[in-house]
Amino acid sequence: MNTAPPPPRNARSPSLASRGRKDSWIGQSVTRLEDPPLVAGRGAFAGDINFPHQLYMRVVRSAHAHGRLAAIDAAAARALPGVYAVWTAADIAEVPPIDFREGSIPALDPYRQPVLASGRVRYVGDPIAAVFAADPYIAEDAADLVTAEIEELPPLLEAQAAPVEFSPGYSTEAAIIRQGYGDVDAVFRDAPHVVEVELTIGRHSGVPLETRGAIGYYDASRGILELHGAAKVPHRIQELLSRMLKIPPSSIHVHESHVGGGFGVRGELYPEDVLVCVAAKKFNRAVKWIEDRREHLIAANHSRQQLHRIRAAIDADGVILAIDDRYFHDQGAYVRTHAARVVHMTAGILPGPYRVPAYRAIGHFRLTNKTPAATYRAPGRYETTFVRERLVDAIAHRLKIDRIEIRRRNAITAAEMPYPRPLEALGEEIHYDTGDYVGLLDKLFAKIGWDKLNAEVKKRKAAGELVGIGVAMFVEKSGLGPTDGVNISIDASGMVEVVTGGASIGQGFETVMAQVAADALGVDYKNCRVIHGQTDRIPFGIGAHASRATVMTASATHIAALNVRRKALDMAAELLQTPSDALDIADGEVLRKDGRPGPSISLGAIAKNLEPTAKARGDRAPGLSAEGWFKTEHQVYPYGSHVAVVSIDRDTGGVTVERYCIAYDIGRAINPALVQGQIVGGYAQGLGGALFEEFTYSERGDPLAVTFADYLLPAMHETPEPEVLLREDYTSPLNPLGIKGAGESGITGVGAAIASAIEDAIGIPGAVRALPVTPQRIKTMLGRQ
Amino acid sequence: MKPAAFRYHAPKTVDEAVAILARVAPEDGRVLAGGQSLVPTMAFRLAKPAHLVDINGVAALNRLTIADGKLVIGAGVRHAAFHKPACDGPLGALLADMVRHIAHYPIRNRGTFCGSLAHADPASEWCLVLAALDGEVLAKSARGERVIAARDFFKGIMTTALADDELLVEARLPLLPADAHCGFYEFNRRAGDFAMAMALGVYRLEAGKISAPRLAVGGAEVKPRRIAEAERALDGAAPGDAAFRAAAQAATAAIDPMEDNVTSAEFRRDLVLAVTRRALGRAAA
Repeated sequence: MNTAPPPPRNARSPSLASRGRKDSWIGQSVTRLEDPPLVAGRGAFAGDINFPHQLYMRVVRSAHAHGRLAAIDAAAARALPGVYAVWTAADIAEVPPIDFREGSIPALDPYRQPVLASGRVRYVGDPIAAVFAADPYIAEDAADLVTAEIEELPPLLEAQAAPVEFSPGYSTEAAIIRQGYGDVDAVFRDAPHVVEVELTIGRHSGVPLETRGAIGYYDASRGILELHGAAKVPHRIQELLSRMLKIPPSSIHVHESHVGGGFGVRGELYPEDVLVCVAAKKFNRAVKWIEDRREHLIAANHSRQQLHRIRAAIDADGVILAIDDRYFHDQGAYVRTHAARVVHMTAGILPGPYRVPAYRAIGHFRLTNKTPAATYRAPGRYETTFVRERLVDAIAHRLKIDRIEIRRRNAITAAEMPYPRPLEALGEEIHYDTGDYVGLLDKLFAKIGWDKLNAEVKKRKAAGELVGIGVAMFVEKSGLGPTDGVNISIDASGMVEVVTGGASIGQGFETVMAQVAADALGVDYKNCRVIHGQTDRIPFGIGAHASRATVMTASATHIAALNVRRKALDMAAELLQTPSDALDIADGEVLRKDGRPGPSISLGAIAKNLEPTAKARGDRAPGLSAEGWFKTEHQVYPYGSHVAVVSIDRDTGGVTVERYCIAYDIGRAINPALVQGQIVGGYAQGLGGALFEEFTYSERGDPLAVTFADYLLPAMHETPEPEVLLREDYTSPLNPLGIKGAGESGITGVGAAIASAIEDAIGIPGAVRALPVTPQRIKTMLGRQ
Repeated sequence: MKPAAFRYHAPKTVDEAVAILARVAPEDGRVLAGGQSLVPTMAFRLAKPAHLVDINGVAALNRLTIADGKLVIGAGVRHAAFHKPACDGPLGALLADMVRHIAHYPIRNRGTFCGSLAHADPASEWCLVLAALDGEVLAKSARGERVIAARDFFKGIMTTALADDELLVEARLPLLPADAHCGFYEFNRRAGDFAMAMALGVYRLEAGKISAPRLAVGGAEVKPRRIAEAERALDGAAPGDAAFRAAAQAATAAIDPMEDNVTSAEFRRDLVLAVTRRALGRAAA
């Protein structure tokens, strides 16, 4: 029996008929190109990278939060068989402190972290020496033999405490950040109501499954210094190393391999990365360092810790007239590569989806004796969404107006777009591009059955249960420009190579770029090899951070692919004796657009005809290849809403997340399954910061959460599957595909929504003022009978 | 995260194991069973034993049998052995209930019942059950062997009556009569974590009244123990929330709660109140 489907109505040639399903690769949840090696155990992570005769590095760290480093005795360590060298600061005196990404910032330069501490240790975990040995066991044995004479100094552990001297002439208050507009004082003076709250966000951070790793290798035969194990921003690392080590950038190759999670934490330039590079060059031997978990929890960037004293001036209808925020940002012991990025962005993005006619934010950027802090997925947004949404709930309570109604009255509407605001994030003025914030909230309510949900919760409350609903609205920012470029070439077999300066930290970067290239080129996305994180393949790249990879790199990929397509059609037009505008590309084959029978030619054959020595090439530039550059004026601003339903165990303070719902408008999803993955993963991390994860310290500044027994990550039991409403209602006008970023939307609203739900459950307005909301804190709120 | 160097010994018999232990104990020789606590401790270099005596090759220790009215659990028996009832009656069911609270599957497949006892973490479920049921352990060394009762065995946080050269050969739990009521409840922040407080209640009914009650609390004090004050509150009472609440209040008042940076004494008492009442409620169910 012939079960073949009937031919498509417009079947014109075998090639076009087989094209069938895929007019577009964009918008399809195709399977990930990345997965085959990963699921077959053939991935290459930092730990898998080895060089002959490599040395293993172990970092000796301060055991004191603050002290004068009087002396280090490494004699016993040096004497241990198998130890090649032990370095202290004096051994690398020529290496400067770790630079900021953007270069020198004179006011902040004194707070940079030295590669190895000298004179002063400032947090438990501060590197004071490095051991290089024949194997990692000997390296650790030797590290145990290094002794430091440290005279303890009183540690500063709270950013809201009075600043003290950091170093002669410099206070622990490194900067005061100010953003705002309007006459805030006048508005508060005349406002009918003022609502004031104090809110804190706990110190927590990204904890990727794969800890950091760095392998330095100096190829003396070529004069090239290589750093392997990079992630996130390989070209920035190249630049920073070049500046710090005074080596031309083109003589430094930075290589990204597989990366087991980034989350903003991994991939910045840390002391260990510099050490392996300097050592590899000095020793002329490869040097390998793999971070252990305890190190990760005390040495990799922490994040989030802020205290906000915020007040809102409101009118009798609950309309916000002004917001005035003073906050204290706990930076930890040094200012790392991000400089003041998080503390500054906090001020810029706090108003979120609401109209705020007058605004003032004053951020105290303060050093403490804890692990240095920087970005973690949704930096500044997780914090400010918690603060802002708590404030809005407090306004609703004060005026006895429904909290959703308050949000409706204050949210910026679709008609007001684009909506510029005289505030900055990442050095750009905030300029919301498109969106309908309340419209999305209503779509979420419709999906989850908001009225029914509220009726059920009301009934359960009446029966004595502690159950509650929380809501949070937010605006994300993504796609930081200004520019990115991509090179695409097609070889004689028809294989497409997309060379980007992007980075893959597990998010599906290769698949997304392949889909975008395939879509414009008319090839199968599986025929596209995507290069990322290799500074020797492309001299420019933006990496993967700030939810920018798809917005920026995919836009550049799209443009490059269109350029290649144009070149292919131009060559094909001559070879096929058909005008190029009568041609199309399908499944890698150039053929007539109108389907009339005629000759066709493969992209591989066109590439062959464009080889430097090919006669047909004529005056065309050799190679079936092109670059594409994308430039943008502004970031793009996707947005979303979260709804949480929790129940509380009155006796233990235990929290059960019963339901979690996320709505997000991404503009255009290249691969909806991958976007969904980003949202769900972010949500799980958000629960961590809301309920579990916290880097706590003793009064002496000893970190108390240095293992997974004390630093609690949410696991399967604690993470119910969220319901996700992914919308593509408002594309961005700022890039050719209408894309907005995806990476951080799942996490941004979680702290806010969970806090709101817990407060609703316990029925004590204003009680939830700090994250994470632990059982003990809930019991304290509930009081004791 | 790389352990310090150690010598590894792999005896095949108990006698061989205790002979090696006699030799290496003075040089910080330790017994390696499932390794689920010891190995991470070594990776952190919080423990740097010079010798490890690996008993995983001692086949005689894998016994899980009933003798003299007791469930006898050899030192090689893994937590996972209790997923299905190890014996008929309430004891097998109780252990099958409790084992689900011990960490996660991979750990339960490797870690051992006796290893938990020897490690004596105050939040260990097995330590609680040994204390609640007045079980005992058999300790053997080159000097001979002795039976140690639960009440004499636990000394404090990760401290037991075992001498350095003694191998905990087996644990013995008295079988529970068919009409015994038992209930266990544990609170922690995440599934599989060490208990922040847990309670185990066991009693029988005589003419509708509670008789021979046992109520033990774990995870709240430096060691698990029976709480006499709570048992007095139960003895002779009608099972029900009034009696259970009274027992829970008695337990809460009686304990000397451990404190740490995320758990105040007051909160620990809150939890003891909750878990005791709930454990007894489950016993009655």
